[in-house]
Amino acid sequence: MLNYFNPGNTIKIISKLQKFIFALFIAVLILGLAEALVLSPEDYKQSDSVRIMYVHVPAAWISLGIFTVISILSFGILIFKNKNFSLITKSLAPSGFVFNIIALVTGSIWGKPTWGTWWAWDARITSMLLLAIFYLMFMMSWKIVDQENKAIKLSSYIAIFGLINVPIIKFSVDWWSTLHQPSSVNVLKETTIHTSMLVPLGIMTAAFALFSLLIFLMKYNTELLKIKNKGLDRL
Amino acid sequence: MYGKKVKLRAFFIILVFISALLITFLVINSLKENVVYFKSPTEIKNLTQIDKKKIRIGGMVKKDSIEVNSKNLKFIVTDFKNEIIVSYDGAVPNLFEEEKGVVAEGYLQDRKFLKADKILAKHDENYMPPEVKEAISDN
Repeated sequence: MLNYFNPGNTIKIISKLQKFIFALFIAVLILGLAEALVLSPEDYKQSDSVRIMYVHVPAAWISLGIFTVISILSFGILIFKNKNFSLITKSLAPSGFVFNIIALVTGSIWGKPTWGTWWAWDARITSMLLLAIFYLMFMMSWKIVDQENKAIKLSSYIAIFGLINVPIIKFSVDWWSTLHQPSSVNVLKETTIHTSMLVPLGIMTAAFALFSLLIFLMKYNTELLKIKNKGLDRL
Repeated sequence: MYGKKVKLRAFFIILVFISALLITFLVINSLKENVVYFKSPTEIKNLTQIDKKKIRIGGMVKKDSIEVNSKNLKFIVTDFKNEIIVSYDGAVPNLFEEEKGVVAEGYLQDRKFLKADKILAKHDENYMPPEVKEAISDN
């Protein structure tokens, strides 16, 4: 177990894993795009603009998921001073942030033809913008604080405060009247999206998850290499 | 087992988190009125006074209520309990339809009449191909 955390070994394993995940990502992405753009039917009401949803929804899910993982690990960082966790959260943040921006932008593009506006200050959209700001603060804390220990502390506090926003985003459409529609894919309630549209949504989510994993592994490997180059052989 | 320091840190951080959670809850609770994007006709009816401020109302476009007069558009927004007449000059979004969700932004003339300067169509959570929709409507 201790050996596993030796950066030298981990770097080798990750390098091999990266190639495999990249190949898998390309395969799943091609399948997902074919389903989403060509094979899936148009919607009865929005016709072809429904296809924006196959990018918008997975991007939003992934950005929320990544932030939740960062926040939970941040508790571990603050309580147990786990150095490895802080490398993981630092490496996770950029892809989460990019997907957050993608969700906001695609939502805006969808909103114009559907709602008739690019932007609305409703609870869902505003809380999603707040998530992007939390991501930005998290990543900036590494840049503006010179001492590493302090940067880790600051970023972790930002992450646990941001965690409060996550359920607000999820339930904003149920708690308040919003322009944004309630969720269509539900575990406890009935799912209100037809199977022929649910399949491409699922595949695109898998593709985005693989992409995040790939970017994460690249970033994480870089962090490990930095440690190795400093001449430390263990974390 | 974990040392005393770790336990103390865990206690402190959970305390910080719970306080932040409480503050957020209190702030959102006191902002309730402003967090909602639009008000329903029933909420408008129960208003104690009508301000001159811009307001958003939302609900369903009542069936057979859309009237077009040259440039002016008139329709009724309903929440199936109360209704508001909306008057609007201009183009509406593609998804504006009878018996579908709508949000109208404008100024209240009285509790039953809103002069809108912006109309937004609200989309619901149902996604399906046209054939499925037809099959459902036939039943």
